[in-house]
Amino acid sequence: MSEAARSSRERPLSPHLQVWRWHLTMFTSIAHRATGIALYVGALIAAAWAVSLAGGPEAYNAFKAVMGSPLGKLVMFGLTVSFFYHLANGVRHLVWDAGQGFDIKSANASSVLVIAFAIAASIAIWVIAGMTGAF
Amino acid sequence: MSSYRTPLARARGLGSAKHGVGTWISERVGGMALVPLTLWGVFAVLRLAAGDYGFAVAWIGEPVNAVLMVLLIAISFWHMQLGLRVVIEDYIEKALSKTALLVLNLFVCGLAGALAVFSILKVAFGGA
Repeated sequence: MSEAARSSRERPLSPHLQVWRWHLTMFTSIAHRATGIALYVGALIAAAWAVSLAGGPEAYNAFKAVMGSPLGKLVMFGLTVSFFYHLANGVRHLVWDAGQGFDIKSANASSVLVIAFAIAASIAIWVIAGMTGAF
Repeated sequence: MSSYRTPLARARGLGSAKHGVGTWISERVGGMALVPLTLWGVFAVLRLAAGDYGFAVAWIGEPVNAVLMVLLIAISFWHMQLGLRVVIEDYIEKALSKTALLVLNLFVCGLAGALAVFSILKVAFGGA
C-alpha cells in the first residue's frame, strides 16, 4: 500500500468526554490533575512565604494578613483538600505503578477511599488548626 | 508516489527520546519523598500560622526545620514542574504555544524554587 492511501484511511479515535458515561475512576483521574495544578499555586504561595520571611517583619506581617483574611483562609482550605486528595491519590498511583489494584473493583474501591480520606483529613486538620490557634 | 524508503527509515526518529523513563521515575521517586515531607509541612504550617515573625525566624533557625523546608521546597518544585509539563504536553497542540508554556513552566518553577530556598537559608543563617 502506498503512503498516501494509508494516511487517508480512517484511523480509530478514542471516545471523547461528551460521549462517556461519567464514572468514579474518571473523576479521580481528572481531580488528580486539577488538585496538582491547585497545589502548583500553593507552592508559589509557600515560596512567597519564604521570601516575605527573609524580607523582614513588615513583609512577613503583610503576608500573614493576606493569608489570614477570609479569602486567604478559603484558599488555604481549598489547598488543604487538594493536598490530602493529591497525597492519597498519589499513593494510589504508586500502588498501580507497582502493578497492584488495577481491576475495576479495586480501582472503584480505592476511589471511594481516596475521596473519603481527603474529606476526613481536611476536616481534621482544620479542627486542629482551630484548637491550636492557627485558624 | 510509491516509496523507496525502507520501513526502518520511516520509523526512525519517531520513537522514544531515550530519557523518558528517567523523567517518569524521578517524578515518582520525588512523589515518594514528598509523602513524609508534605505531611511534616502541614504541621509546620499549623505551627507557623499560630506564631508571629519572631517565632518563624527562630523556627527556621533550627537545622532540622531549615533542611526539611529546603528539601520540601526543592522536591515540590521539581515534582510539579514535571507534573504540569505532562498536562501541557497533553492538552496544548500548537507547537509554538506548547514550547512557550513548557519553557515558562520550567522558568517559573526554577525562579520561585530558587527564591524560596535562598530566602530560607538566609533567615536560617541569621541574616534576617
